[in-house]
Amino acid sequence: MSVMQVSALQPGQVIYQLRGVRYRYHGRHLALDGIDLEISHGEQIALLGANGSGKSTLLKLLDGLLAPEEGYMRALGRDIKAVAAGQETFTFHRQVGLVFQDPDVQLFSATVFDDVAFGPLQLGLPREEVKRRSQEALELMEITHLADRAPFELSGGEKKRAAIASVLSLQPEVILLDEPTASLDPRTKWVLVNLIRRLGEQGKTIVTATHELEIVPLIARRVLVLGEERRILADGQPEEILRDRALLVRANLIHPQLHRSWLLTLESETEPQAPSDAPASSF
Amino acid sequence: MSLRAGDQLGEPTRAGDSPERLALSRQERRQLRHQLGWVEQTLAGVTEAIERAVFTEEHARSPGWLQGLDPRVKLGMFVVTVLAASLSHSLLALLLLYGALLLAARASLLPFDFFVRRVWLGIPFFAGIVILPSIFFTSGGPRLFELVIGPLHLGPTPASLLGAAVFVMRVGDAVSLAVLLILTTRWADLLKSLQVLRVPQIFILLLSMTYRYIFLFLHTVNGFFEARKSRTVGLTSGSEQRTWIVAALVTLMNRSFQMSNEVYAAMCARGFTGTIRTYSDYRLRTGDVLAFLGTALLAIGLFFLGRVIV
Repeated sequence: MSVMQVSALQPGQVIYQLRGVRYRYHGRHLALDGIDLEISHGEQIALLGANGSGKSTLLKLLDGLLAPEEGYMRALGRDIKAVAAGQETFTFHRQVGLVFQDPDVQLFSATVFDDVAFGPLQLGLPREEVKRRSQEALELMEITHLADRAPFELSGGEKKRAAIASVLSLQPEVILLDEPTASLDPRTKWVLVNLIRRLGEQGKTIVTATHELEIVPLIARRVLVLGEERRILADGQPEEILRDRALLVRANLIHPQLHRSWLLTLESETEPQAPSDAPASSF
Repeated sequence: MSLRAGDQLGEPTRAGDSPERLALSRQERRQLRHQLGWVEQTLAGVTEAIERAVFTEEHARSPGWLQGLDPRVKLGMFVVTVLAASLSHSLLALLLLYGALLLAARASLLPFDFFVRRVWLGIPFFAGIVILPSIFFTSGGPRLFELVIGPLHLGPTPASLLGAAVFVMRVGDAVSLAVLLILTTRWADLLKSLQVLRVPQIFILLLSMTYRYIFLFLHTVNGFFEARKSRTVGLTSGSEQRTWIVAALVTLMNRSFQMSNEVYAAMCARGFTGTIRTYSDYRLRTGDVLAFLGTALLAIGLFFLGRVIV
C-alpha cells in the first residue's frame, strides 16, 4: 500500500530518549514519575498499564502535545519542550501520529472524508495528493463507503477505524495508538490487530497503549509495563512479561480470581499463536 | 461486622412499606415525573428534532435534480430567489414562484405532503399573528364588514386583505426556499458552500464543530436524566431538583471543556497551527450554470411582473 512511504529514519536509530521524566496535571495530579525510556525506530511496543497508570499521558508526551514537568526528553532529534511550545510542531507532526482513545475527539469534521483529509490539508499538500492519501487511508481501513457520512452516524468500531484512517493519511513514521481495540467487537479488533502488524512489518515505529493482554503478543515485540505508581515497572519481551504473574498482578493488569483460566492457559502454552495474514473479511 | 457490597439487597422490606404506602409512592413518582418532565421532555424533543434533521439527509442523498447541483450554485439560486420574493409586491408573482418551487421539489424527489406540510403548518399561525393588526386597523377604502369595540371601528378592506396575503405568501415562499435548500443539500456541503459568500473559514469550522458536538452532548444530557430517573424512587423537593439541574449543568460544562481541550489537542496532533484549510471537490458543470441562469431569469421576471401586475 503506497500509504506507507519509505522511511526517512534508519531502523534501530534511537528516536525517543526520556530520562527521569515526570508529569503532573495542573501541577497537582501526578500522571508520570521518573520515566526512563529509549525507543528505537522500527520497534513495535505495547504499553501496558491499568486505568490511570499514565499510558495516555505518556503517549501525549511522545506526540509532543505535552512537555515533561521535570526530566530530559528528546523526540526525533528535537527537544520535546520546544515542540510542545509550538516550535517545529509542523514538521514533528508530519512524522508522528497519535490515535486518541476516544474517537469522538478525533472526528471533529462534518464528514469522515473531511476528517481523514484534515491532516494532509494542514501539511499544505496539493489537492490531488490530499485526495489520494485520504482515499488510500479509507481503503486501508475498509471504510471507503463511509466517506460521506457524518461521524455521529457511525458505530463505535467504524469511528475507531475512521480515527485511525485520519492519522494514516498523514503517513507518519511513528504511530501512537491509545487503546485502539477497547470496546470493539472481535472482528473489528482482529482487523486492527492485523493492521498494526502490517504497519510494523513495513518498518513503522508503533507504540500501542492497552490493557488487553491477549493482543499483546500479536502486536508487539517489546512490552513496557506502567505501574499504578506511574513508573515503568518492567521492560521486556512479550513472552517474558506475560508469564510474570506477580508483575501483572502488581500492575493491576490481572486479578488472581478473575483471570484464573487465562493464567492456566498461559502456563500451558509455550509460544503465543501468531495470526495468519489472511484478510479480516475472510475471518 | 463490616458491610459488604450487595448486603443491602438482602434487607427485608420494611413494615412501613404497606400497599397504601407503595401506592402513595407511585403517586409521588407521577408527581415527580410531572415536575421534572418539562426539562426532560424539552431535551428529548431537541434531541429528536436534531436527529430528525440528520435523518432528513436521506432526501439530500436521493438522486433528484437539486441534489445533483453544485451546492455553491444552489446557495446562489437560493439567495437570488429569496431576494426576488422579498422585493415582489405581486400576489400572482409569488404564487407563480411557489408553483415553481413545487415543481423543483417534485423534480428533486421530495415527498409532496412532507414538503408542503413542513412549510404551511406553522407559517399561517406566526405570519398571521404578525399581520393580523394591519388587516383590521384600516383607514380609508370600503370595509368588507365593521367591528365596533367601544370607540374603535375595525374592519378589513380588500387592500388590507391583499397586503396580508402577499405578506403570508412571501414568508411561505422564503421558508419553502430554505426548506428546499436544506432538504436537498447535505449539511457539510451547505457549510462549505458558505465560502462563496465570503464567510470566514474559521466561522464555518466552528459551525461544523458545533453541529457535530451538540448532538453528542445532547445524548450525554439525556443520559443524565435517564440515570437520575432510574435511581429516583421518592418525591424530591423543588430545591433538590434545582440543585440537581445545576450540578448536571456544571458536569456538562466540565465535560465539554475537557472535550474541547482534547479536540484541540487532536487537531494539533495532525498539524493544525491555526490556519484553517478545507477540502472541497466541487466542479461547476454546464447543468449548474444553466440552473443558475434559469433561476436568475426567473427571479428577474418575477421582480418585473410584480411591478406590472399587482
